[in-house]
Parts: sequence; structure tokens; C-alpha cells
Amino acid sequence: MRSLFYVLSALAVIALAYWAYHENYRTQHVQSQADRLEEQIALARQRLRVLNAEWAYLNRPSRLRELAEINFERLGLMPLQPYQFGRIDQVAFPPADQPLIFDNPIDVSDQEQDP
Amino acid sequence: MIRTPLRPLARILLARDKGENPDAIERENIRLRHEQMRDRARRRAEGRLLVLGVMFFCGFALIGGRMGVLAQSEPSEPRASAAGAEILAQRADIVDRHGRILATNFDTHSLYAQPQQMIEPERAARALAEIFPDLDEARLVRDFTGKRKFLWIKKVISPEQQQQVHDIGEPGLLFGPREMRLYPNGNLAAHVLGGAGFGREGVHAAEVIGVAGIEKYFDERLRDPAYGARPLELSLDLTVQAATEHVLAGGMSIMNAKGAAAVLMDVHTGEIIAIASLPDFDPNDRPRPLTSGDAADSPLFNRAVQGVYELGSTFKIFAIAQAIELGLVDENTIIDTSGPMRVGGFPIGEFHNKNYGKLSTSDIIVKSSNRGTGRIALQIGPERQQTFLKSLGLFEPTPLEIIEASGGKPLLPKRWTDLSAVTISYGHGLSSSPLHLAAGYAAIANGGRMIAPTLLRRDAPQEGTRVMSESTAAAARRMLRRVVSSGTASFGEVPGYAVGGKTGTADKPKPQGGYYDDKVIATFAAVFPAHDPRYVLVVTLDEPTETSGDKPRRTAGWTAVPVAAEIITRVAPLLGLRPSVEPAQLTGITLTSN
Repeated sequence: MRSLFYVLSALAVIALAYWAYHENYRTQHVQSQADRLEEQIALARQRLRVLNAEWAYLNRPSRLRELAEINFERLGLMPLQPYQFGRIDQVAFPPADQPLIFDNPIDVSDQEQDP
Repeated sequence: MIRTPLRPLARILLARDKGENPDAIERENIRLRHEQMRDRARRRAEGRLLVLGVMFFCGFALIGGRMGVLAQSEPSEPRASAAGAEILAQRADIVDRHGRILATNFDTHSLYAQPQQMIEPERAARALAEIFPDLDEARLVRDFTGKRKFLWIKKVISPEQQQQVHDIGEPGLLFGPREMRLYPNGNLAAHVLGGAGFGREGVHAAEVIGVAGIEKYFDERLRDPAYGARPLELSLDLTVQAATEHVLAGGMSIMNAKGAAAVLMDVHTGEIIAIASLPDFDPNDRPRPLTSGDAADSPLFNRAVQGVYELGSTFKIFAIAQAIELGLVDENTIIDTSGPMRVGGFPIGEFHNKNYGKLSTSDIIVKSSNRGTGRIALQIGPERQQTFLKSLGLFEPTPLEIIEASGGKPLLPKRWTDLSAVTISYGHGLSSSPLHLAAGYAAIANGGRMIAPTLLRRDAPQEGTRVMSESTAAAARRMLRRVVSSGTASFGEVPGYAVGGKTGTADKPKPQGGYYDDKVIATFAAVFPAHDPRYVLVVTLDEPTETSGDKPRRTAGWTAVPVAAEIITRVAPLLGLRPSVEPAQLTGITLTSN
């Protein structure tokens, strides 16, 4: 009886040790995976920062003003004037049977690798 | 094991036959048995000692080995969990009220050299001087071939330049990562943003610190990792700021002014929507401060905040508003403005020595009568005038969140005599910044509450201290409206926006005392729409001259007012302000002039 108890507890210790090590390795694996993902996120964010800065740079008011002046013949853009305010009832209601459909979204944040 | 009997019968009998003592046999056997027991016990003890020794050896070996491993390995933080990468950049972004970027960070590289690793120093120096025209080749050669072991060549280089330097193929030229501050909009809002530079520098990283403007004021906040990626939201509106600067620059060149400033402020929240000072600079490449001459001539000088000027007749509305508040006059009280008038021995004159005769209080503002305002100021008295102007914040620097704001301390007379009271009532003898004036006009515009101008976005109106009653503020606004509709600021009329305002033309003081005859500061402080004020605009031109007539005109009505009107025309639609029909004045409330 006693020896059976010893054998069973030894088996239990082995099983628990196996389980504990297994969990440990799984955790380490998941952590390294998370690290990799974080690295990717950091890189993506860095790219996003560069893209945001570039967007802001390309949309700086002085450049837009120059572009509007260069393309005045085609676009005819003028500064906003007070008389351009409309009323909501001057706007035609959009037809209900033609909703806007976006079926080809493109993620551009990872298209440019490390400019 | 066979146990030997202590008294074996055969040997006992034999011993008895020989007459020996059989007890000796027993003792002998006991002795032998004890020896066996002793040997066994010793073996066991030796075995145990050995096991114990091995155990101790293993234990010490384990500890020693672990210590060796710890000493050898790189230290690393134990991790409880995989935390998110919150710290993105050294410095938080600065954005405008709609989230458009005003300042951000950019990853780039610095270039340094380790001359002892160089193979062809002369060639490297020549190639570098080709890539960077501002570098001196002879000096580079001297540095590369001398005793120096390390030198910075460029603090920040672009990716294209990095590639070009890479192509030189010199192993002694090295790159270090750098985070630089980028102002994508160039000169826009340069005086607010200020600029940033490098603090402590190493090869692998460098501190980015604010050197001026809001970058310096909020340096701690911008560098604090606790705020993570949350940008600093300003009250400025990028589009409005750009339009204001553009129109102001145009107006400055048309009016031949040497400088200009404009402040656009929300009268309820105190938010500065646009603040411009010309000439300006590029915060990406901040010029050095002037080492000689007048600091006000540097483009770094912020005329809207640091520049304290005598702002002329724009101050008249404060004296009139206080007189109405104290019950000394009302809008229709008739004041005799005819001369001569002498206070403390000094004559008080009018513009172009006019004589307006008897005027109502309202018409004193409309015609901008110095003597009329001066007589009202004498009724108020210097003490009460001081208290009122102090409550409008005209005694202290503005609390604006840029580091330069503390330099804009108003200049006050040393002794506040009756003469001071009279001259200050029409804006001479007290110098303040255009921003001070905007804050004072905001109090009139919002119904009598003093609010602090701020550069940070706010969602709720400020509950400032009350400096005048609602009815006084409304009366002052009606007078300001009349200045534009039928007074000195008739060029300020913008259809649909009911502009009200007051012009001010002040002669510039000479550095050696006295005033210039042909140099003025022209100011127009406007409130729009006058019947439901939302914004205050102050435009100041430094030394403007309008030359379309047969003789040059310098008054604010001809210079600052048209510029302000153009700014309002451009900016009001951008602010989402719909043009509206002004409610008609009820007859009997305003007296038509004379």
C-alpha cells in the first residue's frame, strides 16, 4: 500500500513537472512571438510617423496655395468667400439606391519599406 | 550471515578438559563480535560522509557555476508580461486644434568621423566638401590628418546625403541615429513653435530640447514619457493661421511697413486661433539671435507678444467703458471737446488740430477725440483708472504659454499723474503688446469678463472675473460698431460680419526721447460680429505708409484697417462663421451724430 502511494506521488510529481515545463516553454514562445510583433508594430509606427510627417509636409498651406495658383486654369480654385455659405435645403438629397461602395481598400502603410 | 555463538559447546568442553576458564572464550568472542560491529559502523559512516561530501561538492559547484554564468551574461530585465511599446518618440507631436501636425519627429542620422580609422583622409575630405558645400575642405583635411580621434561633421543629414557619404566608401566616416524635430509647415506659426535643438549628445542618441516658444515652455511635458504618444493640442487653426499670415504679409508689403503683427482670439474661451508676427523665420533652421543692435529688428522677435508699443486711440474704449460702468456718463452724454485744454502744463490736442466741439460720448469714440476722452479720464481719476486697467491685465505680462511671453511686460509711467491718466486714456504713456489689447477687447466682446489668452485647446468658455457689466460691454460694442459703420475705420466694413473696432495711430518714440513725426504704429482692434461677438482681431503695422494719395497717409484707418478687413473676409468663412444680417438698431438707443 505504502509503495503504491510512493509510486503514485512520484508519477504525480513527474506529470506536474512536465506540465509546468510545458507551460513555461509555451509562455516563452508566446513572449518571443509578442516581441516580434511588437518590433513589427514599432517599425510600422515609425513608417507611419514618416508618412504622417510627409503628408503634413506635402499638405503645408504654402504648397497648396502655390499648387492652386499653378493649376488655376484647370481648377479655378479661389479662397473661400463669405457668399459661398449654402443652406442645407440647397443640397440635393443623395439617391438612396446608389450607396457609396468601397470594395478595394489598399493598405499603404506597409507598401514603402524603409524609405 | 552465520552468527557465531558466544559460548560454542565444543570449545567450552575442550577448555574444561584442559582446565582453562571457558569465560575467556566468551570474552574473546564478544571482542571479535564488537570488532565486526565497529568495522561495519565505520564503513557506513564513511559511506555517509562520502555521500555528504559529494552533495556539498555538487551544491557548491552549482552555486559557483551559477555565479560564473551570472557574471558572464548580459543583464536583462525579468519580464512579467509583454507590455506594449508605448514610448514611440522622444518628444510628443504638436498639433493644431483639428489634429494637423505642427511639429513632429523625424528619424535621421548624424555624421561623425574617427580619423585614426581613415584610409584616405584627403579624398574623404574632398568628397565631403562636395556633398556639403558649407564644409571647409582645408579644415576637414587638417582635422582628419591631425591628432583628433573623434569629430562631429554634421549633426543631421538627410537619407540622400547619407547614401552619398556611404558611397565615398571611407570606413572612418560613421553614422549615428538621430531623432530630429521637424516643422513640416515651414515658417507657419514660427514664433509660437519656437524651435528645438540638441541637448546632450552621444553617438547613439541625442536629447532633443525646445529652445524657444511653446517647445521650451512645455519642454517637460513634451519629453515626459508618461504622456506617451498623446500630442500637445494647440488652439491654433492651421488654415486660419496660414490665411492670416498670408494676408498680413501682403498688407505689410502694400503698406510699406517694416513689421506687422496680428492676433485672432476667441472671446469666450480665450483661445488664440491665429497669432502672427512678421518678419518671421523657419523654425527648422532657427536663425541666431542678434548680437548687436535692437533685438526687435530680429525675425525672432515676436511683435504680437514681446513687442510693447503705445497702441494709441485703441485704448479710448477702455476709458469710456469705465466711465459708463461708474455711471459718470452714458452713451449720449454731451462732452465739450473744444480746446484749448492743458493738463499739468501740457497742451492736449487733437489729430490734425481739429476741433470737434460738443460731442456725445459715443461720437468721441467714433471721431476719436483725444480731448473728449481726456476729460472723461479726469472725471475717472488716476486711481480708479489704474485699478480698471490692472483688472484688464495691462500691468502684467500675458500668461500665454510661450517662453517669450514673460518678456512682454507693459511699460507703465513711474508716477501716475493726472497727465498720465489723460494720455493713457488715449493710449500714450502706457506700452503694451497687441496680445494685451486683444485680451482687453475680448472682455468687452464677451460681455465683461476678463479672460486669459491661451494657446491650448479648450472646450469650455472661461469663467473669468467680471470687470464690467453686461450693459456697459454692450454699449461699448455699439460704439465700436459705429466706428466702423460711420467713423474712422470705414474701410473695416465686411458685409455680413458686422465688424466693430477702434483704430489707433501712435507716433513711435525716439530712443533718445521725443517722438518721430513720420513713424507710427498703426493698430486696429476689431470685434466681429459686433452684435454677437465671437472673435477679436488685433492688427498692428510697424511704420506703415500708404502712398496711393498725393501725400503719404499713415493713420490706422488707411493702413491697418484695410488689412484687418481683408483678414476678416478671408478668415471668417474658414472659421465657419456664416454671414448674417445685423439686427437693426432701435431708434432712440443711439443718437445720430450731432
